[in-house]
Amino acid sequence: MGATLNSAASGTANYVDERTSIGGFVKFFARKLFPDHWSFMLGEIALYSFIVLLISGVFLTAFFVPSMETVHYEGPFATMHDVEMTKAFESTLVTSFEVPGGLLMRQTHHWSALLFLASIMVHMCRVFFTGAFRKPRELNWLVGFTLMILGLAAGFTGYSLPDDVLSGNGLRIIDGVIKGVPLLGSHISFWLFGGEFPGTALIPRIFTAHILLVPGLILALIALHLFLVFLHKHTQYPGGGRTHRNVVGLPLFPVYTAKAGGFFFVVFGIIALVASVFTINPVWNYGPYDPSPVSAGTQPDWYILFIDGLLRMWPGWLFGLPTEWELWGYTLSLNILIPSVIVPALFFGFIALYPWIESWATGDKGEKHVLDRPRNVPVRTGIGVGMIVFYVILVLEGSNDIVASLFHLSLNDLTIFFQWGIFILPVLAFWITKRLCLGLQRKDRELVLHGHETGTIVRHEHGEYVEVHSPLDDEERWVRVSFDNHKPLEIAPERNDRGVARKGYRWDRFKQRLSRFYYEERIEPVTPEELEAAHHAHSDAPSAHGLADAADAKGANERLDDEWEELDEGATKK
Amino acid sequence: MHILARRRHHRSAPLLLVLALLALISGIAALSTSGPATASTEMTQADADEGEQLFAANCASCHGLDAQGQDGVAPSLVGVGAAAVDFQVGTGRMPMQASGPQAPAKAPQFTQDEINQLAAWVASLGAGPAIPTAEQVDPALGDAADGMLAFRTNCAMCHGSIGGGGALTQGKFAPSLLNTTPTHLYEAMLTGPQSMPVFNDANITPETKRNIIAYLDFQSNGSPGGLTLGSIGPVSEGMWAWLVLLGLIIASTIWVGARSS
Repeated sequence: MGATLNSAASGTANYVDERTSIGGFVKFFARKLFPDHWSFMLGEIALYSFIVLLISGVFLTAFFVPSMETVHYEGPFATMHDVEMTKAFESTLVTSFEVPGGLLMRQTHHWSALLFLASIMVHMCRVFFTGAFRKPRELNWLVGFTLMILGLAAGFTGYSLPDDVLSGNGLRIIDGVIKGVPLLGSHISFWLFGGEFPGTALIPRIFTAHILLVPGLILALIALHLFLVFLHKHTQYPGGGRTHRNVVGLPLFPVYTAKAGGFFFVVFGIIALVASVFTINPVWNYGPYDPSPVSAGTQPDWYILFIDGLLRMWPGWLFGLPTEWELWGYTLSLNILIPSVIVPALFFGFIALYPWIESWATGDKGEKHVLDRPRNVPVRTGIGVGMIVFYVILVLEGSNDIVASLFHLSLNDLTIFFQWGIFILPVLAFWITKRLCLGLQRKDRELVLHGHETGTIVRHEHGEYVEVHSPLDDEERWVRVSFDNHKPLEIAPERNDRGVARKGYRWDRFKQRLSRFYYEERIEPVTPEELEAAHHAHSDAPSAHGLADAADAKGANERLDDEWEELDEGATKK
Repeated sequence: MHILARRRHHRSAPLLLVLALLALISGIAALSTSGPATASTEMTQADADEGEQLFAANCASCHGLDAQGQDGVAPSLVGVGAAAVDFQVGTGRMPMQASGPQAPAKAPQFTQDEINQLAAWVASLGAGPAIPTAEQVDPALGDAADGMLAFRTNCAMCHGSIGGGGALTQGKFAPSLLNTTPTHLYEAMLTGPQSMPVFNDANITPETKRNIIAYLDFQSNGSPGGLTLGSIGPVSEGMWAWLVLLGLIIASTIWVGARSS
């Protein structure tokens, strides 16, 4: 039986290979090495939830009618009986209540969309905090960033398709944001909606964007994203034998193909479980779109909440001046423009450009394949946590009515708290995180130099008490000492010795200041000399505590390096 | 139960259980509310006299012995009618437990008979809306679809799309209507308690009020999509996506990636 199966499999493989020469590719991919860590699977969650989106989306497309023509509902759902609605909304109700499995598919699609964006953001955080965006991966960071923006676009267009009251109000806000753009705004809005909002053109248009344009772009960019991962090879966490010049891991086949394939079904299964138990986007509660009613709890899906938060937070008056102006017959809606366009553009711009900003500060041109432990780059980690706090405040402000009624707080006080908090709390979070990182680094130094506390107290003959420390093993030490020790940049003086001003000095000075901000305050990794000195100190002390060959610590380290170098030669597939 | 809903049920046993439980709870709630509406019709002078005694002992400290109210403390009750008393005392909002942005609902402090006596006395002070009859508030006689349209035009901006509740300014809030009895719903519309506007019979006809009650009563069937996460819109869905959906999946990444190299 086994033999027949094998020969059948090899026969098929041979048939395909003889006609396509695919064997070489398969071998290349199957032997590609990947390092192992759970956090490397966060991007996979995004990929798999996208596949679930495609599968459930194809199903939904078969039943959705992208039309704003109006009809009277005649289906089985009692509270919609004879209500006037667009075909888009009606077909959503039909899909939910009359198509077998339709409601489950809608809920699967919507839950996967929420998961898709959440997993993208968690994946971005992993890449950010471990420094996986550094050279040579800056462009792939940008590809990933673009995927996130496209994810927002896919989500928002999909959310708007059923043409219900909730999403219609969301579109009205977007319409307001577009109209807030000076001079061009109302023209763009009329062009987009085919006339005055809401018109009858929008649903077919965003339908095309939602099922064709945006997913097509996402698919293409996912291909590019994964191609670049293969090209650059995967990053790895610091550990014994791992350097910027190798990859320590297992080949893609068989372990990772099995793990990744199985993980797809885990993701799909959990989405299906949640989708079958929990209602999402009950459009039958909201009813067909009508521009007049707005219900409490009218919010976008979570990933757009931050814009809602900015709009809710922005004051109409600032220091006694209105934030909306009328100049020469034109209205300048700074109260819309700044919170909904300018602040998000700055925030996203900073995220997109971050790899370059950090590279100006380090001035390091080398390729980085070993990840940073977040504590070893305190300023970056602090900036990341500060941005998360900034974002979370905006999300909470976007949900301020829910937060207020849930915790019985005053909506007004909550908004005032967030208006101040948006300036204060991210800075506070940055500072606390940076101090925590520096503290953790000091702890690492302490461990490397003195070893683990054992809890054993020894009393010497002359009465001295000492605690016995046990030394770290090589792996533990490697992780704690092998990180890049960046220092503030040294730049050439402004004028040469003949007093002639140097070109590019101001740019250099900017980079130097940035670099000081990043690296002025730092904990340096333990050097072999320090390690040796520490061991001597311990050995010289009357308490000989088990560091037998401490005297040759430096030599031992170097030997270790050599062994690992040899290991690299064998294990690395470049 | 609805044909459609029944078809859905036998496909998914847990959902059936949850909905059955909901139906049971709402059934009990419906039974327990049928009493007061019928009892409210017969009010005698003796009732009003008893009510005056109760009022003097329990309400007069704020509203005054003659129910004229006190500035900045409590409003005058002359002309608020029996409906207002039945709502405020019947939902436990009055007597107020503590001063705050608004009086929350709590367990009623009086029996329905005592509430009727209080209502009779307050109604005798000046003309006001009466407690509605059982027929006026019977959801079975209402049109839920018309109620949906009326609800979202008049009520949803504070109470949410199906009455899940929402926030108002300065710590005030529009409470959830999902467990409010039909009589209390009708009385609230009629009398406009606390921050709520009055929807008199010219504004929303008695028939439309009953349709709104039918719409809210329809919600006790539960959601066709399963559990509702509070019926407060996308915020709770987003929180659920992060904490439960992504949380479960990240937990499984740790499990799948457990054998670290």
